[in-house]
Amino acid sequence: MATILAVDDSASMRQMVSFTLKGAGYNVVEAVDGVDALAKAKAQAFDCVVTDVNMPNKDGISLIKELRELPNYKFTPMLMLTTESGMDKKQQGKEAGATGWIVKPFNPDQLLKTIKKVMG
Amino acid sequence: MSQNDEMKDTEQAEKRVLADQSQFLSFTLGTEEYGVDILRVQEIRSWEPVSRIPNVPHYEKGVVNLRGSIVPIIDLRERFDLGRSQYTPLTVVVVLQARIGEKSRVMGVVVDAVSDVIDVDKKSIQSSPNFGAKVSTEFINGLVSINQRMVMLLDVDKLLKLDGVDSLMGMNDDDEN
Amino acid sequence: MSIDMAQFHQVFFEESFEGLDAMESGLLNLDMGDVDVDEINTIFRAAHSIKGGSGTFGFTAVSDFTHVMETLLDEMRDGRRQITQVAVDVLLGSVDCLREMLHAIQDGGAINQQSVGLHKLALDRELNQIPVAESANSQVVSVHSSAVQTEQQIAGWSIAFSPHLHLLKTGNEPLRMFRELATLGTLSVTADLQGLPDLYQLDPEECHLSWKLALQGNVPVNEIDDIFDWVEEDCDLAKQAIFTSVDTPSSAAPAIVNEATAAKMPVDEVESTAPDSVVAVKESKKDEQKAAAKGSSSIRVDTSKIDTLINMVGELVITQSMLSLIGEHFELGKLDQLKNGLSQLERHTRELQESVMNIRMLPISFVFSRFPRLAHDISSKLGKKIDLKLVGEHTEVDKTVVELLSDPLVHLVRNSLDHGIEMPDVRLAAGKPETGTVTLEAYHRGGNIVIEVSDDGKGLDKDKLRAKAIEKGLIETDTILTDKQTYELIFMPGFSTAEKLTDISGRGVGMDVVRRNIQSLGGNIEIISTLGKGSTIAIHLPLTLAILDGQSVAVGDETYIVPLGAIIESLNIKEERVNRVVGKGETFLLRGQYLPIVRMHEIFNVTSVKHTKLTEGLLVVVEGQGVRCGLFVDDLLGQQQVVIKSLEANYRRVEGVSGATILGDGSVALILDIPGLVRLANQ
Repeated sequence: MATILAVDDSASMRQMVSFTLKGAGYNVVEAVDGVDALAKAKAQAFDCVVTDVNMPNKDGISLIKELRELPNYKFTPMLMLTTESGMDKKQQGKEAGATGWIVKPFNPDQLLKTIKKVMG
Repeated sequence: MSQNDEMKDTEQAEKRVLADQSQFLSFTLGTEEYGVDILRVQEIRSWEPVSRIPNVPHYEKGVVNLRGSIVPIIDLRERFDLGRSQYTPLTVVVVLQARIGEKSRVMGVVVDAVSDVIDVDKKSIQSSPNFGAKVSTEFINGLVSINQRMVMLLDVDKLLKLDGVDSLMGMNDDDEN
Repeated sequence: MSIDMAQFHQVFFEESFEGLDAMESGLLNLDMGDVDVDEINTIFRAAHSIKGGSGTFGFTAVSDFTHVMETLLDEMRDGRRQITQVAVDVLLGSVDCLREMLHAIQDGGAINQQSVGLHKLALDRELNQIPVAESANSQVVSVHSSAVQTEQQIAGWSIAFSPHLHLLKTGNEPLRMFRELATLGTLSVTADLQGLPDLYQLDPEECHLSWKLALQGNVPVNEIDDIFDWVEEDCDLAKQAIFTSVDTPSSAAPAIVNEATAAKMPVDEVESTAPDSVVAVKESKKDEQKAAAKGSSSIRVDTSKIDTLINMVGELVITQSMLSLIGEHFELGKLDQLKNGLSQLERHTRELQESVMNIRMLPISFVFSRFPRLAHDISSKLGKKIDLKLVGEHTEVDKTVVELLSDPLVHLVRNSLDHGIEMPDVRLAAGKPETGTVTLEAYHRGGNIVIEVSDDGKGLDKDKLRAKAIEKGLIETDTILTDKQTYELIFMPGFSTAEKLTDISGRGVGMDVVRRNIQSLGGNIEIISTLGKGSTIAIHLPLTLAILDGQSVAVGDETYIVPLGAIIESLNIKEERVNRVVGKGETFLLRGQYLPIVRMHEIFNVTSVKHTKLTEGLLVVVEGQGVRCGLFVDDLLGQQQVVIKSLEANYRRVEGVSGATILGDGSVALILDIPGLVRLANQ
């Protein structure tokens, strides 16, 4: 089964994402910020990355940018969790190499639908 | 006294309302017979020596260790001025749960002997008249007649409200205002 | 799939409260002139997280409110807005309001709409200091766009999709998109190979193909847009609707018009930023009340502490298996092994106990962290200049102590801020720096934690204290008091109350209550003051309330525990050293000092007492709150660590007793409260 890296500094959001994805049968690894995520992504291969944008230490956009530069993550779907007010963030995210976004607030069904979209 | 227990209590209480029936544990003190709501009875133990507590009313016999909690033991005979009796290993302690305010409190009461579990139809409970018993009526919820015997049903919450405890709290409040 | 979102609520509340604390301390640290971008970022991020979480978990009122705060913070972060003291105060107020809202939701209570409305109004007022012209326009657009309706039925779509070369490198995959499209209707796909270079020039990581797609079915445009949403800028996309001739007006399907994705967005902001926005608070009561599940008391523990614990348990298991091995085939020759095993067991148990206790230890910063805000609020209210210093915030102390310490400390700090520190002009006139300093310091000393609240303010005036005490009838005019005793007057009931009820320090709770609270924690409180230079109040507390080093003593059949820390010495009494003073009881001469004798069997009415003659028993000299006395007991038993259990949980407070413990044989022993005993003996 596919393994997804879920990155968010908010424990409740992280738990919600992780719980939802696990419930749908995915393997999930959690990371608390960009630095944590980058380290985990280097240690293990992921089929998809779902990341919050606004995080301490390393934000989601930098994370996506750095991941894209790694040979293993050239084509990996990477989704950012963003708020409706962050239009410019979407733009920045796209430029950094994000595959797409999920707009907060979202519910588990929306999350799963979006994940299915990139995981086929 | 976990929440679990409380939940169980309320569940059972609901069933009870449906049946309009209550179960009481009856016990004797001298020649008189009393009953307490069985849902308030946590367990029945035999008497064991207590650690005395200084400068409290004589009927508060002391405290024991009940699985790690410190639980007071009240002698009901003495509480109701029915005289004293010798404690033997056959003397019975009924451990009761009371709700005082928000808190639940556990205490043991010393009785002569536990006699029965009785089913009581709620409708058959009579209000307590000012009868001759020595127990002041404030502890009694009502009377019920079982096989020609009169059983006095006790209000556990009032019974376990210790003198001085609650008035002490009141005093503190005054201080701070 | 349905997921019970309530399971995440507790975590959400916890992190939100942490976020609010971070916002508060961040706001207090903001330097008006010189903006620290990191600080603002931290504050913004906290607000942002709360907004995201509350939206996701259905607490709409919270996310709406946070949204306005976030907008304001965002402008500050981008430098579009100056950071003013007024704005910071408004934000601080909003933090409080948000905290109340979250508490209300957590407890299943109602949100104070009035307070929310007021704070939102204040935020809006701040926000609208710069005009927001766009909002009006976009509103019109959105109204317009929603009015558009199609009159024709869509039969299908013809789509031309030409990805840019880099499309694959965004993680988007045309095949998956086509698969999605195929779920909407009948899809036929034609690939256009024209753009394909020859093999030697082909970069396999680039996308050189383009496609023509024919989708049959009455598919709303937004569903198609959803699929291409992420690649809009990474491709050339043209879509053309194919209509049937049926012209029944249909309200179900929106038109082809390249409609207002742009207009939809700002609508949300219109509500909060419109200049005349009346306090409109959206409610979603149903969702919020569901969140009632009130959090049980929890504690965050450093993982390293847990690891230590696991190691210890490992050791314990090894020792246990070793012991049971010895026990299986025990013979006298194994006695030494058994002894070794037992002493190992003892050591491990003790270490385990210590580590478990250590888990309950929290840094005192949990209490200290609220004071910068307090100092900020009070100094701006009073027009004083005050610098609050926190020292030793990482000192660890038992969770219970932390919780119970909070209120007394607030009282003391308020006192210092309000009564201690003088107004700037007074300070200057006295030759002191204009800014006063209040220091909160915590440190360990022995088995105690000491917390000091000191200020460089005006200090206590002994003569005034004395005069006031006489006036209140607390002492006689001829009472002789040492300096220390004079300062202690402020702890007397009836002394500090009422004279000047400011809403800062005087809430009717006097210093006597503070002292009583500290004493109920087994601690004591001292005051040192120099007129004109300032005051220091020191609180001494035991590190943990759960474990005590005790000395068991026998009085008749009863066993009592005396806190080891209170014992000075134990001795036999010689008759000639005992003095009996009529009406004042017995005293005992020890190194030139007359100590009152407290006969334990008398004040505790122990009938089984062995010794009533002083020379036959033992005198345990103890000290509590500055008072020394000798406790007369039958005998000393062993010393041991005891676990303190509450008497009050099921029973009541007993004078002279601070709690109870369970002895090795399962019986209950009372723990003596020395100051309480002294009081009892004096009655």
